[in-house]
Amino acid sequence: MTATRASSAVAAEPSAAGPLVLGIETSCDETGIGIVRGRTLLANVISSSMDEHARYGGVVPEVAARAHLEALEPALAAALAEAGVTVAELDAIAVTSGPGLAGALMVGVGAAKALALATGKPLYAVNHLVGHVGADVLRDDGSDLELPTIALLVSGGHTSLLHVRDLVDDVELLGETIDDAAGEAFDKVARLLGLPYPGGPQIDRVAEGGDPKAIRFPRGLTLPKDLAKHRYDFSFSGLKTAVARWVEQRRSEGGAVPVADVAASFREAVADVLLTKALAACADRGVPRLLLGGGVVANARVRQLAAERCAAAGVELRVPPLSLCTDNGAMIAALGAELVSRGRVPSPLDFGADSTLPVTTVQAV
Amino acid sequence: MILAIDTSAGSSVAVVDRDGGVLAEHTVADTRRHAEVIGRLIHDALSEAGVAPSELSAVVAGRGPGPFTGLRVGIAAARAFAFGAGVPCLSVGSHDAVAFERLSPAAGRSVAASGGAVDSPLVVVTDARRREVAYSSWSGLDDDGLPVLVAGPALVRPADLDEAIGASSSWPRTDPDATTVSAAALGMLAERLFEHGRPFADAEPLYLREPDVTPSAGPKPVTR
Ligand SMILES: [Zn+2]
Repeated sequence: MTATRASSAVAAEPSAAGPLVLGIETSCDETGIGIVRGRTLLANVISSSMDEHARYGGVVPEVAARAHLEALEPALAAALAEAGVTVAELDAIAVTSGPGLAGALMVGVGAAKALALATGKPLYAVNHLVGHVGADVLRDDGSDLELPTIALLVSGGHTSLLHVRDLVDDVELLGETIDDAAGEAFDKVARLLGLPYPGGPQIDRVAEGGDPKAIRFPRGLTLPKDLAKHRYDFSFSGLKTAVARWVEQRRSEGGAVPVADVAASFREAVADVLLTKALAACADRGVPRLLLGGGVVANARVRQLAAERCAAAGVELRVPPLSLCTDNGAMIAALGAELVSRGRVPSPLDFGADSTLPVTTVQAV
Repeated sequence: MILAIDTSAGSSVAVVDRDGGVLAEHTVADTRRHAEVIGRLIHDALSEAGVAPSELSAVVAGRGPGPFTGLRVGIAAARAFAFGAGVPCLSVGSHDAVAFERLSPAAGRSVAASGGAVDSPLVVVTDARRREVAYSSWSGLDDDGLPVLVAGPALVRPADLDEAIGASSSWPRTDPDATTVSAAALGMLAERLFEHGRPFADAEPLYLREPDVTPSAGPKPVTR
């Protein structure tokens, strides 16, 4: 049986400047529509439902999925206007098929298939995490993404360490969180300290005046016995509990909670464990490059510690602009454009949303 | 010509024409694979009908009620297809399509075959999961041949259905375990709405249920 594809089963024909690709991203709480021409960013429209999740203290999948459906068409129109192109001019469409929240992914997948069929454009179903790596090709400082690289991708939805030898067909998962994502830990600790959602920027703000060495919070999965099995894996659930226990203890003794010190010490523990493991991967694999991605890159201390540790280890640090680090459609378009440029055939029409899509599957085929 | 898409129960896609009737209809009954099958259904319906996207005058989406996750796939697809084809996307209630199919010969298939009798009253009952059903009561057809809604759509526990529909509790009703929504009927109903200049439904999906969450009451203590 031959697979039905959105148009004929041949790769899109890229122009000299690279293929014009529209990317659709709906894996979590951002509806992202991006447009690229080859490795040049033309539009990056993001509609976030973050405010709707604030009163729940975390992303509610059904709320996110409803918001995607409403945001999709306005975001499509805005991205095309921003890029100054029409759908007819596109060479291809790319969409995140996983990993992510199943119900949220399905909105993008359903829309992308229909848009591809209505316009006769080839459709590429791509991996969200590899998309975060792909975002780096869109930097406008003229420095190209060099491979191989270790990639540390940290957000409210994922905490993953990758070894990327080739963007479209050689990505290895070194490790990931075995419980909470790092971004979730920020949200939960912020709540504990009476700070609003999302927790990352709040912790960052109050930690400014605090002492990161005031309290020694645990670094998950860094003990020798854990490292044997989880050398590159992360765990933030124990850290969150340790912070809660420390704060409750202080309150039960009738003492004031030194919010700045708790926030700074917690943030230090997260940044420390993220970068210790990432740089261990660089050393173990002999890869002198580290790429950061995901919304937690917005955290000032994570960026600062990354710069210090990388400089000390002689590792080149690459951090795409923040608008390309948080979930967005441009990174999906960029990965789609790489696939088109490499002559890959489009994805078949019957791929689904895969909430646990492995990073080894860069494109659903 | 209209492309009609409904994923409120299974996944159903049809191409219909006011004069030519149902040109193609492709349906998958599976209620868990909407995202997987939607593309192929659209592709197959258009190619069987021999209709290009540019020949369509509109896309019609079944707005529910139906289980959220699947329902959204069809609405997202309908909106995106309409956007790509540069035609309007309109909404029709999914229960309206069931009523139309069962009550009107204009739905494009025999009324008897769809388990109904022309102009008889009817209660449409569909599965809403979580031990609830979605219902709506239809008294028959109006002068334009369109179903007349007298109660619902709303959700209710099966045991409370009689009380909820009151006057229409003695009418024939559809079996929630077996009631499917036909995109062909949805599309033919849309054609009839156009023909008589009648308004379409609100574009909002008919979820009938708030997201299943409660605002957080603050962190739970970890120490005892
Ligand atoms: Zn992400």
